[in-house]
Amino acid sequence: MKPSTLTTLALLTALLVGAGFALVFFWAPNEADQGFIQKIFYLHVPLAIVALGGFIVGGIHAIRHLRSGDPVHDARSYVSIHASVIFGVAVLVTGMVWAKASWGRWWVWEEPTLVSFLIVFLLYCTYYPLRYAIEDRERQARYASVFAITAGAFVPLNFMAVRAAESLVHPRTFGTVEGGLPADMWVAFLVCLAGIALLWVTLVSFELTAKRTSAQLSRLRRSLIEGGTWREPPGVGGRIAPRGAGTGR
Amino acid sequence: MSRPAPTTASVAAAFLVKDLRVELRTLQSVPAMLLFATTVFVIFRFGLDRTRLDGGLAAGVLVVTILFAALLAINRIFVAEREQGGFEALRLAPADGAALFLAKAAALLVHLAILELFALPAFWLFFLEDGAGLVPLLPVLLLLDVALAVTGALIAPMATHSRARDLIGPLVLLPLLVPALIAAAAAGRHLLAAAGPSYEMYGTWLGLLGLYDLIFLLVGWAAFDFLLED
Amino acid sequence: MSEPATEPAAPALRAAGLCLAYGERWVLRDLDLELAAGGTLAVLGPNGAGKSTLLRIVATLLRPTEGSVEVLGAALPREAWRLRGRIGFLGHQPLLYRDLDARENLAFHGRLFGLPGGGAERAAELLEQVGLSARADARVEEMSAGMVRRLAVCRALLHEPDLLVLDEPLANLDPAAAAAVAPLLGPEPGRTRIVVSHDVEAALADADRVLGLERDGTVAFECAAAGIDPDRARAIYSERAGAVA
Repeated sequence: MKPSTLTTLALLTALLVGAGFALVFFWAPNEADQGFIQKIFYLHVPLAIVALGGFIVGGIHAIRHLRSGDPVHDARSYVSIHASVIFGVAVLVTGMVWAKASWGRWWVWEEPTLVSFLIVFLLYCTYYPLRYAIEDRERQARYASVFAITAGAFVPLNFMAVRAAESLVHPRTFGTVEGGLPADMWVAFLVCLAGIALLWVTLVSFELTAKRTSAQLSRLRRSLIEGGTWREPPGVGGRIAPRGAGTGR
Repeated sequence: MSRPAPTTASVAAAFLVKDLRVELRTLQSVPAMLLFATTVFVIFRFGLDRTRLDGGLAAGVLVVTILFAALLAINRIFVAEREQGGFEALRLAPADGAALFLAKAAALLVHLAILELFALPAFWLFFLEDGAGLVPLLPVLLLLDVALAVTGALIAPMATHSRARDLIGPLVLLPLLVPALIAAAAAGRHLLAAAGPSYEMYGTWLGLLGLYDLIFLLVGWAAFDFLLED
Repeated sequence: MSEPATEPAAPALRAAGLCLAYGERWVLRDLDLELAAGGTLAVLGPNGAGKSTLLRIVATLLRPTEGSVEVLGAALPREAWRLRGRIGFLGHQPLLYRDLDARENLAFHGRLFGLPGGGAERAAELLEQVGLSARADARVEEMSAGMVRRLAVCRALLHEPDLLVLDEPLANLDPAAAAAVAPLLGPEPGRTRIVVSHDVEAALADADRVLGLERDGTVAFECAAAGIDPDRARAIYSERAGAVA
């Protein structure tokens, strides 16, 4: 992506997220039961939705990678999952803050959505050790894609299982908040959701551009060092090198 | 000159027969799994400080023990193919990669069935007042075994080709198996209740396990060829 | 696409600009070659010159990094599936299970290749020819290196392949065993062969083309076997050869 496009994207993101927060703090009413702390809902829920969506996007890129063999799709899949894992940390933190404020405890097993999210997060965290334990880059990319597809199929199943396990024992607690949202809360929520989604897109675009640029840079550096006799090794463009690759063992 | 390619079923059968014959001859996995499971029961007896179990605790001990014993078999299931050339032989042959996936899942299923043949009576003997709940638990365990077998056969080749073989398999499989464990443990909690088996949500849990098995069977079938290329 | 191997003029093996890298190290560079159907290509070169790598590419076990390879009319790696079941590969690994006996191993491969009746008759015949009939019930782990090699030869020939890919086929064999095995692997009408060998004279004797690889994976020579001076062929094994001026 061109630098100007990236800048525009970043500015648009800042604008939308800023607008969202302004609406949340100055326009949307305080929720009757929970009061001010309920405002974390406008951060926590969009983050969770975008992170889960990002995992699915990672799975879709993985399918495209396996079908085409083009490493660009693998890079997109990797970056999507990476951004979503980072968002996932924020989801868990905001969820814990909300739990502490609402129930006085940092963690509640009775909230199926948050528990499901934790399990999904734990699974996606294993993407990194799996990926970097495979040395051959082509194989690494293929296996990472198979993982991304498997994990993508896992997400809905996991939500079903956790919800079924909790549904009869405990009544749903958050459902009321999401279900009966007044119109002005909805507006603030949707603006926040759009802002967070755009933030995700911006982060993904930045990381993809950074990867491409650093690959080009190392290619140029090598051709300078080796005075033109060097040939570009495979897999530099757009692929992800394992950590410490190239430093020699 | 060109002869018809073998069917997926016949290639899968060739691998399965080979695996079972080798296991029968070397006894590498099943006895170890059995010994491990029995020891885990003893560890739970002291770890929980309970001599009798029922309800959720009984189901949890049983399901977790089966899971950990399964990991032993899963870690080993592809090692011979990597070290003794099975992956390459398959790629030279006009055979379908899915055949290897099916064969390995079937082999794991047989391993687990034999394990349970011995481990369930041991569990009854050690912990249960009344074994009536174990009979309706059998379909649940069968579907759990299929879940362990298909996810194991899908993840194990990735682990086998990695630098940290023994680490990667369990690391990925544990979170992946959580939904299946939730379903099996929840069904078991009602079936092994102290007051006698109750069938609360029995159908839901069986359905969920069946759906889990089906989805990962399909994912494995579709994706397995990509794990075989070099 | 066109029918494979029906046109007599179509070469069985063709590579253009073939390169392969492991990570950032080039193992093969700019390899061009062509071999007519039914011919034999001898591959010579010092250790680490990429001979085995080339064989693994031809056998569809490795995908080339760059360049094109066509084997029996199938473009690799895209059409590798068309070659499945047509290649007899004898590499460093025997591709045999240690805990199965000779007959069980061959039966396994027979079923993998879809041979009628699991290829039992063909297996028995091959075991007889390599002198393993008496040890057909011995497990591979109990066998000597030479016996394993002979069994691997049976395994590679079991499905009557159109292309033999042989990596030092007579390694680990005593002269008697080598004499028994060599004719099985020799030239035959309609069977294309690519053979890696360190025995320069023997390799040149039954080859049509010869390929010499340098230590750095570049091509030293690629020509008709009849036209090459054995001394020149042997020169690639000397220490200096790999060093580019």
